[in-house]
Amino acid sequence: MSDTSESTDDAGGDDAAPAVDADEVRHVAELARVRLDDEEVAAFTDQFGDILDSFEALDEVPETDREEDLINVMREDEIEEGLTQEEALSNAAETEDGFFVGPKVS
Amino acid sequence: MADDHNAFITEATIDGDADADGPLADATVAVKDNISTAGIRTTCGSEMLADYVPPYSATVVDRLTDAGATVVGKTNMDEFGMGTTTETSAFGPTRNPADPERVPGGSSGGSAAAVAAGEADVALGSDTGGSVRCPAAFCGVVGIKPTYGLVSRYGLIAYANSLEQIGPIAGTVEEAAAALDVIAGPDPNDGTTRDVSEIDGADPDGSYAAAADGDVDGLTIGIPAELFDGADERVVETVEAAIADLEARGAETAEISLPSVEHAVQAYYVIAMAEASSNLARFDGVRYGHRSESDGNWNESFAETREAFGPEVKRRILLGTYALSAGYHDKYYEKAQDARAWVRQDFDEAFEAVDVIASPTMPVLPFELGESLEDPLRMYLADANTTPVNLANLPAISVPAGEADGLPVGLQLVGPKFGEETVIRAASAVEER
Repeated sequence: MSDTSESTDDAGGDDAAPAVDADEVRHVAELARVRLDDEEVAAFTDQFGDILDSFEALDEVPETDREEDLINVMREDEIEEGLTQEEALSNAAETEDGFFVGPKVS
Repeated sequence: MADDHNAFITEATIDGDADADGPLADATVAVKDNISTAGIRTTCGSEMLADYVPPYSATVVDRLTDAGATVVGKTNMDEFGMGTTTETSAFGPTRNPADPERVPGGSSGGSAAAVAAGEADVALGSDTGGSVRCPAAFCGVVGIKPTYGLVSRYGLIAYANSLEQIGPIAGTVEEAAAALDVIAGPDPNDGTTRDVSEIDGADPDGSYAAAADGDVDGLTIGIPAELFDGADERVVETVEAAIADLEARGAETAEISLPSVEHAVQAYYVIAMAEASSNLARFDGVRYGHRSESDGNWNESFAETREAFGPEVKRRILLGTYALSAGYHDKYYEKAQDARAWVRQDFDEAFEAVDVIASPTMPVLPFELGESLEDPLRMYLADANTTPVNLANLPAISVPAGEADGLPVGLQLVGPKFGEETVIRAASAVEER
């Protein structure tokens, strides 16, 4: 029984476009902490199918040596002038005693 | 100043140094609204930052005002730079001065429109996948995307750090190059900037503006079929006519092949979306920006605050999160990095035989307003010719090649890493013809 269902899944995965359903869109939105309304979920479900389908072209890309020519950029750890506490807090929606106030944790 | 094209989100002045002399003394400059200006709101074209007032200015802004330029305003843009038309702005679309029923391109559409309409001498844009070159092409002005690391990104509100550079837009190649002279150079506040004088073969006393001398005698121009195939015929004809004029001035052309670029736009979107999903996590309503009146817990409150992003930004955050998630990371993100390395190799090999690579900047004429907004994939594919340059970290310029059906067409010239002088020289010959 489990063999049958696995082989069915495989066949579907190989042939079909990487269809995304509404639950997957909602799940990703939850991971990204972005609330969506039902209309957005419906629109994104359609669009993501098309967009991910076009990304399938990346399967044809050969494995390539990545010769990143990267070097570390170091400097002395010296105290410099930075933002004042007042400046750093100047755009916050809510502050208290010189601190940011975030939402409640639970 | 009448802003008939909705080019500006905020009109405000930062005076330039009155004692400065040089090509930018007394010039007016418009600054894209994702580049920080101390005391002047910097919105990124988003509700999220509608009231955000940076306490410091970007390095490029300080360098321009020190050189005598006066900032005249902050320009409209696709929200967080995510778009090809400037229609995803929360502040309404910008109109193209060449045809007000059409988009100015994006995402730096306000910057290009401000220059095209004569509301600023020079403008700054940012180019993550073509966002300086596309609007320059659509509005009939010049835009330069510098080599990654030439210009400081300090104070640029990040969308996709590994791809983006700030670049100038101006009416002529020489003016754009003069602005590049001012903003280029190492910055201790951006560890990815390079000191050009330490790079092999670079002229430490070189001037980009001086390179705009129109001399293309002996220059070899590579013509990659991949960046012409599928483009609008009217665009191709206009670009080919401009290239033929360069040949008449002593340049040679050579057909080249860049097979990797067929996959560039997909690789670009995977990488840019992945970086965006991480970068934009900072907008949680705590330290700056919009905050919802939520009485939910931490996670609920963040999710409600982030409802304020527009649809294109949500789309990219979600797709980026998806492309990085367990089970899909190897399929999308790793393959996109392979494609990026492949594109880089293709260009490296091409530059062993040619000096610059020419193509249409955009494969299409400017869209009509509203035409592509409901079809994100169509909008993404319009970036096919610009995105390879960002993946390969190279310099490129878009210069007006002429008009087709009364609409501007841009010619893109791509150079080897830190080869800004070469693309500027070639582009100046295009505008002299």
